[in-house]
Amino acid sequence: MSEVVTAEIQTTHIIDLARSGHRLDGRGIDEWRPVTVEPGYVKSADGSALVHVGATVVLCGVKLEIGKPFPDTPNAGVLTTNAELIALSSPTFEPGPPQPEAIELSRVVDRSIRAAETIDLTQLCVTPGEKCWTCFVDIHCLDHSGNLIDAAQLAALGALTHATMPAKRFGVGERDYPLDVKHFPIECTFVRLGDKIVVDPTFEEETAGQGRLTVATDEAGNVVAMQKGKIGAFSPGEVVETVERAFRHGDRLRNLVRGT
Amino acid sequence: MGSVGAKDVPELLNAEGRRIDGRRLDELRPISMKVGPLTRADGSAFVEWGENKVMAAVYGPREVHPRHLMQTSKAIVQCRYNMAAFSVDERKRPGQDRRSQEISKVITEAFESVIFTEEFPKTSIDIYIEVLQANAGTRCAGLVAASLALADAGIPMADLVASVAVGKVAGRIALDLKKEEDNFGEADMPLALVPQSGRLVLIQMEGHMSQDELRQSLDLGVKGCRDIYERMRQALRSRYDVAAGAAPSEAAA
Amino acid sequence: MGNGQGPRHRGRDRGARAPRSEPKVLVLPGDEIPDRGLQPGFGTYRVGRRLFASVMGYATWREPFVRIVPFAGRYVPKPHDVIVGVVQDVQKTFWLLDIDASRWAPLHVSGTPWEPAPGELEQYLRVGDAVLVAVENLDPTGKIGVTMQGEDLGKLSGGTLVSISPAKIPRVIGKGGSMIHTITRLTGTRVAVGQNGRIWVEGPADGIQRVRECLRIIEEEGQRSGLTERIEGFLEMTGPTDETGPRAPGPEPVDRNEPRRFDDEAPSSTDDPAPADRPTIPPNENNEGEGPWEA
Repeated sequence: MSEVVTAEIQTTHIIDLARSGHRLDGRGIDEWRPVTVEPGYVKSADGSALVHVGATVVLCGVKLEIGKPFPDTPNAGVLTTNAELIALSSPTFEPGPPQPEAIELSRVVDRSIRAAETIDLTQLCVTPGEKCWTCFVDIHCLDHSGNLIDAAQLAALGALTHATMPAKRFGVGERDYPLDVKHFPIECTFVRLGDKIVVDPTFEEETAGQGRLTVATDEAGNVVAMQKGKIGAFSPGEVVETVERAFRHGDRLRNLVRGT
Repeated sequence: MGSVGAKDVPELLNAEGRRIDGRRLDELRPISMKVGPLTRADGSAFVEWGENKVMAAVYGPREVHPRHLMQTSKAIVQCRYNMAAFSVDERKRPGQDRRSQEISKVITEAFESVIFTEEFPKTSIDIYIEVLQANAGTRCAGLVAASLALADAGIPMADLVASVAVGKVAGRIALDLKKEEDNFGEADMPLALVPQSGRLVLIQMEGHMSQDELRQSLDLGVKGCRDIYERMRQALRSRYDVAAGAAPSEAAA
Repeated sequence: MGNGQGPRHRGRDRGARAPRSEPKVLVLPGDEIPDRGLQPGFGTYRVGRRLFASVMGYATWREPFVRIVPFAGRYVPKPHDVIVGVVQDVQKTFWLLDIDASRWAPLHVSGTPWEPAPGELEQYLRVGDAVLVAVENLDPTGKIGVTMQGEDLGKLSGGTLVSISPAKIPRVIGKGGSMIHTITRLTGTRVAVGQNGRIWVEGPADGIQRVRECLRIIEEEGQRSGLTERIEGFLEMTGPTDETGPRAPGPEPVDRNEPRRFDDEAPSSTDDPAPADRPTIPPNENNEGEGPWEA
């Protein structure tokens, strides 16, 4: 189903509201919607988390299997991230293989996890050059009400943080043990509405948005990944200011993911 | 299906007639149904059935994409059944495999038998079923969820469609097989019933059954479907905060 | 269900309006309904002599039809409905409008006050423009003909659009327009209510927000009693707006004495009063109604 064109007056209205610091749902420019992270939602996965960001719902399942390491990294395990923007979750998604939006989302979430060294991939090595753990991070969008990137990344981190290595089942250990998560990157997405840059955009705000910026930060004060999307531009000063905001939100959201 | 010489075949039926999870032969697994959980879809439902977790959404009737599929005299029904990669023990590659495509087809045909498609020419009614966690009977759970989602979307149909699988376990006919029973039992038969007409719109079977066993299975399956049907009606009424009230015919006087 | 021998599904009513006299009954698809000698209307179908519901909603028996008032479903166009559309595509001699129904509706040049040359339509209406149009005809192949020829129809400028379920529109308007009049009066806004569940709202920003909130309350709690009190309470609590703000140009409000345009067969209320207390829907001739415009 292709995108239905939104009325221009709606887009103009959203931008006008932002000009005076208001948003359609009454939030402030720097305010997130309510977020919940429910780990262990899916028992068939080795780790999972169901995340709600306002009305947006994303589910992530982590599965760990024994496989072969890549030839150029014989001492490391494999991490692979895949996001499905399924047609069930929005009238704007079509069934079929991942479209550019899904591919970008997969890669942006993957980048934050990898760059922050969330998992030490060498710890996933079993026998160098022969056997290693492959960690599959599968993200399933269930209800698209905006800001899928952040919701997906929270779900991925939530799933990893509460994952168990199925060592016994694969015969590489006596007992199962928790996946060792070393760092906790959190992504935070903003869109431009006129001269304001608002955090955690809803679907309508994304449609009206004139540029999107995602910033991933870790618990040690590092910026670990960034991605600019949509049609629009940001000044370097705006980028610096946005990164600062991303740290504040990241700290708060990190507690939510870890605390459960 | 059947014995493959596996070393750990569980005891599927004990001396007291209890199954591997303690149920009797004609007992359903615990089920909960929620109507309308999604905000973007025209209609939606979430079903937890035993350890199955299945979500369904309906969009439409809406313009057909791709256009060449359009039919001038009626709506087309496109149902897509899919399993999430993490829904099964061994991670499943994303994308539709042949099994999913076949299930999509039989479910589409089940609904085409009840939806009044001629009311919406040149449109498409799209049904999406996602299995988030699987433990046998996912196509039945999916069909039930989709049925509720269609009602939630206001799509005109002859009736809700209720579905359950019946099978043969340790030589006995059993209702609503779970994973181990499906893997190590002797037959599996998913069914879907339109209670208003008393007819079946989905019938699949695999395994070994005598004709008598088949008759027994159909009886048990239809009974199971009617049970599911009542729960579906309850779930729909709860959506609108209405206690189960008098049937319309009682209000006639 | 496509063959001639299957049960016939009734999709559309035709017929006079009359006061309602029966309480409503909740039905689900597949429920049998007594016809009480009335003809099958929307949301019902026959098998032999028996009548069944095909959608979830309230069954109503009002001469000459027994019909279902559905809880859900996309907007079903009826001739003379005034609706809000958004231009999706521009062709040589017509525009295609999204009207939140099961199909897009073509607006032909002949249905507008303009006379552009073929290929010049973009100068009058562009993709993304919002318009107020009326449903003219529905042909058997499902095509929805709309027109912009009409005193208060035309392009909508300024303001914004809010969507709610079409089933709730009668409650948004209220008896004789009372609900929408209360809302606009206490928020200082101007609205155009589309039968397709799309409402154009214009005025000061906080007024628009309060209208939005009222519509949300109606959508979520519309079937419960005491709705008018809830809305008035909310509006009084959040205070009248003292900003008037500039008014955007747009079609002029309709003459109040014009007959109402919205669906007369929809129930006027889903509150619970006993049948004897429930007011009847005034027939067209009384001229009590409001058009889609309210300010």
